[in-house]
Amino acid sequence: MNLLLIAIGAALVNNVVLSQFLGLCPFIGVSKKVDTAAGMGGAVIFVITIASAVTSLIYSFILEKLDITYLQTIVFILVIAALVQFVEMFLKKMVPSLYSALGVYLPLITTNCAVLGVALINVQKSYNFITSVINGFGTAVGFTIAIVIMAGIREKIEYNDIPESFKGTPIVLVTAGLMAMAFFGFSGLIK
Amino acid sequence: MSKTTERLKCGIITENPTFVQMLGMCPTMAVTTSAINGIGMGLTTTVILILSNMMISALRKVIPDKVRIPAYIVIVASFVTIVQFLLQGFVPSLYASLGIYIPLIVVNCIILGRAESYASKNNVWLSMFDGIGMGLGFTVGLTAIGIFRELFGNGTIFGFSLMPKSYEPLTILILAPGAFFVLAALTAIQNKVRIEKAKKEGASIITCEKEGNCSTCTNTLCGGKAFTAESIKREKEEK
Repeated sequence: MNLLLIAIGAALVNNVVLSQFLGLCPFIGVSKKVDTAAGMGGAVIFVITIASAVTSLIYSFILEKLDITYLQTIVFILVIAALVQFVEMFLKKMVPSLYSALGVYLPLITTNCAVLGVALINVQKSYNFITSVINGFGTAVGFTIAIVIMAGIREKIEYNDIPESFKGTPIVLVTAGLMAMAFFGFSGLIK
Repeated sequence: MSKTTERLKCGIITENPTFVQMLGMCPTMAVTTSAINGIGMGLTTTVILILSNMMISALRKVIPDKVRIPAYIVIVASFVTIVQFLLQGFVPSLYASLGIYIPLIVVNCIILGRAESYASKNNVWLSMFDGIGMGLGFTVGLTAIGIFRELFGNGTIFGFSLMPKSYEPLTILILAPGAFFVLAALTAIQNKVRIEKAKKEGASIITCEKEGNCSTCTNTLCGGKAFTAESIKREKEEK
């Protein structure tokens, strides 16, 4: 039950994009079509879940054991960058079908601040291995929900007549603001 | 104008990271709920930017081209860790209110962007001034947005009550949706200026949709794009 609460909290109540402002770049950059948005969401779920598992293990078995937890920022960013490269190579070799679906999005994720953000939040909230993975998965699902909804709305916005200066990023941000307001409705779910 | 003052002017006015280049949008939106947070985040980033610019510039002939990005990230992350400790020790209230966004300075597009586009090609002295200029420009941007949101969302500036008692604060401005709305207004104004300018010069209108335009991608992805464009150019030059 506790795990379910963590997952729902990460996915809906504290949505990573709409209330914590992490991963805004792909949220705005890759949300033009529902297909690509879903692909990006899938890749993010994959990477963030693995990254939170690996960083959680590294934190509790290396950094804490050696008493060098202050190096977490440096270690995490390097581990994540290496991990994304490794995942990309592994998928290309072993699971080509998944690679062809997610491949193009993987390099974009290296620079996604949501991945580092989740790893740091896991440490900040002193989650153990299982709760870290659940939190990472929930956060990534929240990202996917937000980006797919946004892509759906953007496909409709295409046909609307909006003022010239609001075309492009501004109207996306206004939409995101309205979505953030809607997501406030979830805050009553968890006390 | 000497080169150093030109760097300062460039960072604060002509290439202001917040208002002109629209870089580092994650921290901009997340911490500008009050003016004091904005100025704190801005100054923290400035210090890290100056230090990392100087270090990267000093090491620019030592770092091999192929591993430069990881090397930059390690340098930036080290400075972030040091500054994080200093904040925790000396300004604990700011440390608490900025929270997770301090370590996330590592992935701030401005820092890696300046490292790649300026510090890796210029000497230490000029890179330092580039860092000061860009950092102060970012601080000015964050503080301005922070003052705006705090004044209309809470009726105060730096904690001092300024609005008349009858003023009902627009609380939404200091909540998450408010950040999106303020930024939307900002980008819209920027678009407007750009369109007017383009019309005046008779050139084609550059909207945000165009590829390679830095303002479309708000944060680190932009850095990634800039890097690829840069690295492609570098590779071509080498050939």
